[in-house]
Amino acid sequence: MHAYANPTRFLAIAKPLTPWLLGAGLLLVLAGAWAGLTMVPGDYKQGETARILYVHVPSAWLGMGGWTSLAVAGLVQLVWRHPLSGIAARAIAVPGMLFTALCLATGSIWGRPTWGTWWEWDGRMTSMLVLLFLYAGFIALTTGDDSQRQGGSLSRGAAIYALVGAINIPIINRSVVWWNSLHQGPSITLRGSSIDGALLWPLGLTVLGFSLLFGAIVLMRMRRIIADNRVAARLRRLADDEGI
Amino acid sequence: MKAKHQRLILALVALTGVAGAGVLAASALRDEAAYFRTPVEIKGGKAEVGEAMRLGGMVAKGSIERQADGLTIRFVATDGKASVPVEYKGIVPDLFGEESGMVADGRMRADGTFVADRILAKHDERYMPPQMGDMPKNMKAPTA
Repeated sequence: MHAYANPTRFLAIAKPLTPWLLGAGLLLVLAGAWAGLTMVPGDYKQGETARILYVHVPSAWLGMGGWTSLAVAGLVQLVWRHPLSGIAARAIAVPGMLFTALCLATGSIWGRPTWGTWWEWDGRMTSMLVLLFLYAGFIALTTGDDSQRQGGSLSRGAAIYALVGAINIPIINRSVVWWNSLHQGPSITLRGSSIDGALLWPLGLTVLGFSLLFGAIVLMRMRRIIADNRVAARLRRLADDEGI
Repeated sequence: MKAKHQRLILALVALTGVAGAGVLAASALRDEAAYFRTPVEIKGGKAEVGEAMRLGGMVAKGSIERQADGLTIRFVATDGKASVPVEYKGIVPDLFGEESGMVADGRMRADGTFVADRILAKHDERYMPPQMGDMPKNMKAPTA
């Protein structure tokens, strides 16, 4: 792990990997969207509105997966002080929040024709909204003055915040099981899927595609943070040399 | 013991504590955070006449009756163990129908009927092509 503590080594892998993730992700998302919109039938009951699941489900997965990786990065920062962990956490927060917002928006658009309401305060929707606010809080904690920290590491407070916020992830996941809710129960479980195979396969494409896109965005943002740090370090050295 | 290990143990102990607190809070919320009450809970005395609440359940087969005014409907909400008659005046969502889930906002009337101000349709976790939706229920086992 510590082999990649040196940003140059990390960049040597991240740089060539970014365009591949980006290209493959875009292709898979486009293929999945095309298949989901034109090649598969609508749902027997909801009709065409069911097709929004090809965006909604990957968004939910990345919103929650994003915070899980953020929490892991926070733990690595706290315990091992790995120099890339803070950079990774900062890089994940923005796309994580974006996908959480996309999940809430697509859910709301689907909820209106299906349930008859844009928004209800049931367990699933409320806990997902809490996740959006957690992301906003993390971004607020790690920008501004804090982004000037040496090497992009997280402050102890931000790392603990990332860990504590992870409690919400199992709550979102279990919300439809613990409490009766308006949102339906889980469709895809370890025992199988109650989404019929004829409707399910484009979802595999979009989940994988959006995940690769997410990875590409995170790598691009990490590279940008590393570049910013280098600029800041060089400016500091210049200022020292000139005795300003 | 290295400082790294101390930090790891500290972080794990703190995380376990917070997770425990989360589980306790979630289980304490079990009843409060429920979005609706089920017919068996209402029959079990968890509802006072006139108290604002939500009732959730399946619309019993063959129970929807449209009243003469063309707006009022009556149906029976059931959870398999108990059932509650519901009366509602207004437009229902497209997905509202017999043998599917619904959630109603409203209150109990003294005669044991639930008077709804608003009805939402609840969707279940099954998604399938239209031709399979016409099949008998026992053939709709999820293909895993």
